[in-house]
Amino acid sequence: MSFLANLFAKRNSAPVARDRLQILLAHERSAGEGHSDLLAKLHQEILEVIARHVAVDQDKVQVKLDRGSGCSLLEIDVEVPQLGSAKSRDADKRDA
Amino acid sequence: MAKVLVVTSGKGGVGKTTSTAALGAALAQSGQNVVVVDFDVGLRNLDLVMGAERRVVFDLVNVIQGDAKLSQALIRDKRVETLSILPASQTRDKDALTAEGVAAVMEELREKFDWVICDSPAGIERGAQLAMYHADVAVVVTNPEVSSVRDSDRIIGMLDSTTEKAKKGEKIDKHLILTRYDPARAARGEMLRTEDVLEILSIPLLGIVPESEEVLRASNVGAPVTISNPQSAPARAYFDAARRLQGEKLDVSVPTEKKGLFDWLFKRSVA
Ligand SMILES: Nc1ncnc2c1ncn2[C@@H]1O[C@H](COP(=O)(O)OP(=O)(O)OP(=O)(O)O)[C@@H](O)[C@H]1O
Ligand SMILES: [Mg+2]
Repeated sequence: MSFLANLFAKRNSAPVARDRLQILLAHERSAGEGHSDLLAKLHQEILEVIARHVAVDQDKVQVKLDRGSGCSLLEIDVEVPQLGSAKSRDADKRDA
Repeated sequence: MAKVLVVTSGKGGVGKTTSTAALGAALAQSGQNVVVVDFDVGLRNLDLVMGAERRVVFDLVNVIQGDAKLSQALIRDKRVETLSILPASQTRDKDALTAEGVAAVMEELREKFDWVICDSPAGIERGAQLAMYHADVAVVVTNPEVSSVRDSDRIIGMLDSTTEKAKKGEKIDKHLILTRYDPARAARGEMLRTEDVLEILSIPLLGIVPESEEVLRASNVGAPVTISNPQSAPARAYFDAARRLQGEKLDVSVPTEKKGLFDWLFKRSVA
């Protein structure tokens, strides 16, 4: 890295650190000691609802999270087997 | 065959987490499949140093207690495809990690990755013992300073007696990373010399990482130093260390930032 680039980079890393910490600590404080935070709870309950209707293979569930300052993004990918096919409609009827 | 590597030190704050992130990333940058595992339950920080803190959903304790699948707790690095992190939990419960639970997770990680790199908590208590128990390879992180060297000696003793390998009568592969090394102070005779530390601890040297502001900058932006500034002196030290871990024979030198006179002065081979 050149001298100038070095200077530039140095001046800019502390504000990045501050922003990252503010976001993280806001989430950690609201979650409280030892408790799962809102997003974790949402995630768990959403999966419970899905599991009530279809057999969810835990290995086929991917959860992604991006905590932000204004808003956070919770992404839940569930592979639902044969939804809408004749088979699953039959299953629905049986359940009802 | 997968290798489990523990980064340990006894003494706190010597650079274990920094080294875990940098070595893990360096191995992954060379194409190896790597996971870095945070064993510092209650005080997790590896996620922050790796820049993954906003993406933590589940952690090691969730996996051990059966609340999540391993695949759900692993976070894939956004910069290096072959690098993942398994965060520690923030719980205060000291018994959250069970020996059987850790064993099961280690087994599963061995199947998925080439390298499983465990960031040990400081101390010689249960957490540190669990972190080292399954290791094939140990990287002992030491600062050139008396109390750090003494604690490293304790840890080396534990590696040779309390690990799974030791109990089976096998030798665990041990390496030394000397970090926060200040070439100028060493030249003035104000710091323990590399030769002295090596003679006292008598384990092979994996690398000398200089004291560098690049390390602070890297942790500010949430990237291992080998990613944030691959050309920097500490990054080059970690890249070389990663190559040595893979069996390459390289002379150990202290990488320096400046080219020219400094380079010539300090690029003295010590191994
Ligand atoms: N080569 C280096 N140059 C400058 N600072 C460094 C270097 N290595 C580590 N540090 C700094 O030293 C401090 C402790 O580092 P780190 O968190 O990696 O230590 P640790 O052994 O994991 O600590 P703990 O025992 O608390 O887990 C950090 O502020 C880190 O930025
Ligand atoms: Mg640490």
